[in-house]
Amino acid sequence: MFARIVKWDYLALVARNANANRWQKISSALIFCVIALGSFGASGVESKVDSKVDSRGKIPLNELGQEVIAPPAATSITAEDVAWDAGGVIKISWQPAAGITSATKWIVERSEVLVDGQGSGQGSGQGPWTLVAEVPIEEKYAVASKLSPEASYFFRVTAVSPNGSSAVTTTKSAVTGHWNFFIGAKLPLFCAILLVSACVINFILAARRGRPMKVRRIAALEAIKDAVGRATEMGRSILFVPGIQDMDNIQTVAGLTVLGNVSRTAAEYDAAIEVPTSRSLVMEAAREAVQASYLAAGRADAYNADAIRYITDEQFGFVAYVSGRMVREKPAACFYMGCFFAESLILAETGNSIGAIQIAGTAESSQLPFFVAACDYTLIGEEFMAASAYLSGEPDQIGSLKGQDLAKAIAAIVIVIGVVLATMAVIAPSGPIPAALAWLKGVLGS
Amino acid sequence: MSKLLSILESLDRRWIFLAMAISVAGPILYIGITGKTLPETPTPAARAVYKEIEALPPGTPVLLSFDFDPASGGELIPMATSLVHQCAARRLRMVFIALWPLGPQLIDETIKRVILADYPDLKEGVDYVNVGFQSGNEAVMKVMLTDFAKAFPITKNGIAVGDVVALQGIQRVLDFPLLITISAGYPGAKEWIQYVVSSSGGKIKMVTGCTGVQTSALYPYYPNQLSGLLGAIKGAAEYESLVNSSLAPNDTSAAIPAKYLEAQRRMGPQLGAHLLMIALIILGNIAYFAQRKSKVRATS
Amino acid sequence: MKRLVPMWIAIIAGFVMLLSAFFPITESLGETVGDVFNVVAAIAFILGAGSLAKVNLAKISRRDQGWGYAAITLICFAITLVVGLGKIGVPPNTQFPLLAWSGEKNADGSIFGWIYEFALVPITSTMFALLAFYVASAAFRAFRAKNLEAILLLSTAFIILLGRTFAGVVLTGWLPDWASGLRLENLSVYIMQVFNTAGNRAIIIGIALGVTATSLRILLGVDRSWMGSGD
Repeated sequence: MFARIVKWDYLALVARNANANRWQKISSALIFCVIALGSFGASGVESKVDSKVDSRGKIPLNELGQEVIAPPAATSITAEDVAWDAGGVIKISWQPAAGITSATKWIVERSEVLVDGQGSGQGSGQGPWTLVAEVPIEEKYAVASKLSPEASYFFRVTAVSPNGSSAVTTTKSAVTGHWNFFIGAKLPLFCAILLVSACVINFILAARRGRPMKVRRIAALEAIKDAVGRATEMGRSILFVPGIQDMDNIQTVAGLTVLGNVSRTAAEYDAAIEVPTSRSLVMEAAREAVQASYLAAGRADAYNADAIRYITDEQFGFVAYVSGRMVREKPAACFYMGCFFAESLILAETGNSIGAIQIAGTAESSQLPFFVAACDYTLIGEEFMAASAYLSGEPDQIGSLKGQDLAKAIAAIVIVIGVVLATMAVIAPSGPIPAALAWLKGVLGS
Repeated sequence: MSKLLSILESLDRRWIFLAMAISVAGPILYIGITGKTLPETPTPAARAVYKEIEALPPGTPVLLSFDFDPASGGELIPMATSLVHQCAARRLRMVFIALWPLGPQLIDETIKRVILADYPDLKEGVDYVNVGFQSGNEAVMKVMLTDFAKAFPITKNGIAVGDVVALQGIQRVLDFPLLITISAGYPGAKEWIQYVVSSSGGKIKMVTGCTGVQTSALYPYYPNQLSGLLGAIKGAAEYESLVNSSLAPNDTSAAIPAKYLEAQRRMGPQLGAHLLMIALIILGNIAYFAQRKSKVRATS
Repeated sequence: MKRLVPMWIAIIAGFVMLLSAFFPITESLGETVGDVFNVVAAIAFILGAGSLAKVNLAKISRRDQGWGYAAITLICFAITLVVGLGKIGVPPNTQFPLLAWSGEKNADGSIFGWIYEFALVPITSTMFALLAFYVASAAFRAFRAKNLEAILLLSTAFIILLGRTFAGVVLTGWLPDWASGLRLENLSVYIMQVFNTAGNRAIIIGIALGVTATSLRILLGVDRSWMGSGD
């Protein structure tokens, strides 16, 4: 019963997932336990073999009139609901007969059991056969997805070779794909999120209880006031570019959090700030952020909505506008905070050519070298994400940075364990260490 | 000498721009006139792309996602040409999609350039189909994981995907054994890895061609999540030479149509640009050391 | 209230998206949130177009410096909008020959297609090509052998620059097979795969944790500065 319900081979497949989160290792054992205990989520219906004889009843001939030998049919076929999934997915497995090597592929088909014919058995009360998948002959299973929830299906498999098709092998009874309340394959990721969240929340609560929190000085963020001050002294404007992505990108949100702070400083210093955006929604969000900052600084009258304007969604059209504007208006300080691609260097070099003080921040690792080369200060990846918390100075937010550090330390420990095990496995290729390494690799998905 | 150093120290960047224009234009003109290209030695990442496609039996469906626009076409169009060239030669079932708005146009251009010109026996809707663009970035990928037809209900020509022969047996993106993406940014190869390859449980393999800027960010995923990687025009040239040598082993570059040599031709200008940059870095350092020396002298 | 409502929308939408990744029952809710975002973003286009028109019209009416460019922007915007929405010159889809507007907006023969092919493609390609010039000027200015780290960076740059071209083959192609790892083209691949990958992975892990912590701060309402730094 247990073996039937727990889809060991499916779980193994999940465990081999090439990009599985490294936190999977922590909870791999949990998957098996939870799935074993939670078998109520899977129907576990198992169908038995039924090889049919070719209904044509005659030996097929090729165009030269010679007899062709079709490949043998699969000897058995089973179908079962995939446990702990989003529902509507059934896994079909079959056993190939000997001599199947002459075939090139399997054709897997399904037929839905019609409501009035439910339980009437194979061949009656069924809908038409439709293709599920064509899989290489080496495969022994296929997954039928996109099935109607709680509907029942028959499945059949046919081997195909250049000489013709085998007889069909059909499941004996219909199988139903059930909903499950949790996607089991994502349990390690879920646990990892919980772990990181626990670290962050723990430090936020600790900060609220009054525990002193200290973060290292981030030069780029300290320079914001200087840059705004410089622009004020020179009587020139400040340019703030919140990246070229929309509000559904966390980098844009992080950029706007910095904009909130920069615009407040600008309002206090009475410096003009200009925010060109490449997304309409970002323009609206930026206007809200800047207006709120001006209001908080007691300078609501100085707020100019037209200074925060939409240019174009087109990447290089946007770059052309911003670069041209920089050359003409010569802003004294340029901020690039958000998601950038190829435009990063064009903007930063143009800013450099006009002598502006430039501060950049992005989580796009491929653009960091360009910003580092052309800007005065660059917030690298997580520094950029931490900017808002750092600038706010609020204990809650600083605490969240501490929690993030703790999560990073855990990640580092896992990496070190992996490196040590891999190194020791080379020295001692047999015994428990390679087994432990294999387990770790399996869990981490490499 | 000191005059030369002072010129270097205060060099107007427009002279650098002029030097770059000359170093790029020279090789372009030379290669354009002579038709000669530089030989390429394919790296393992480029070989892997070739092998993954070559390993698929004829008729296998492959998903080709054109996630770029004309701006990065200089690097990516030669890759797209070679990838479609190999897929067409292998008689794979090509399903083209785009997550960038200008992608479908680039798909049509590639189909015209390769399939309609050199593989007229391949039928639209049967052997290949341009499904077109869908907005929503990674949300589209997530929907494709469970229902391809929901993410792309109709093809670019307005036909329901359920009626397209080339899409028979395709219920979700995981029904494609191989995913080929040509990527210029967001959404692109990184999102495909994060949202599709990671959810496939090893069922779907992915190869990608990307711009030079993206290459360094994608190397961490190769060879585990990414089975093959073509980085910038260099990767394109390596792969192009592999495809050309396998499809026309006895042809010299003179006999191969220019459209199948675009990447290799562009390695000439790349050579010129790289050599100029090395020269500029050396000159910049000479100026820097001279300046430092004079400062030390002045201080002492 | 003005800050409270958006904050709760963000919190609810964020948690729905998070849960929909793990709990199938909330999957459709997650998709709905995504759809709502797309609809809102599409409507925001009107605001964007309004902003574009307002700013440029004001510039023209005030006769600001460069007002002619503002006029060109608005004229081009209007032309593209009309020919795109009106599908001017678009032949009907072969599947639906009787429906005049059934063709693709940028089909062969359409004005929109012409604008795409002969205006957009060359202009955006030109902008992208500018990178080559900016990379050269940035390299000239930024690569200075100031200290040991900078010297290492410089040496790596030389290896990659040479290894990614035929120059690498010419310079080190003579090395025997047992020393082939030292050939510039192989060294550049090694640097990309080992050193670059190691550094990038470290940055990626840091960014991933940063994204998680930032998201959590927003979802818990701890960080509200994305709505402005007002108190």
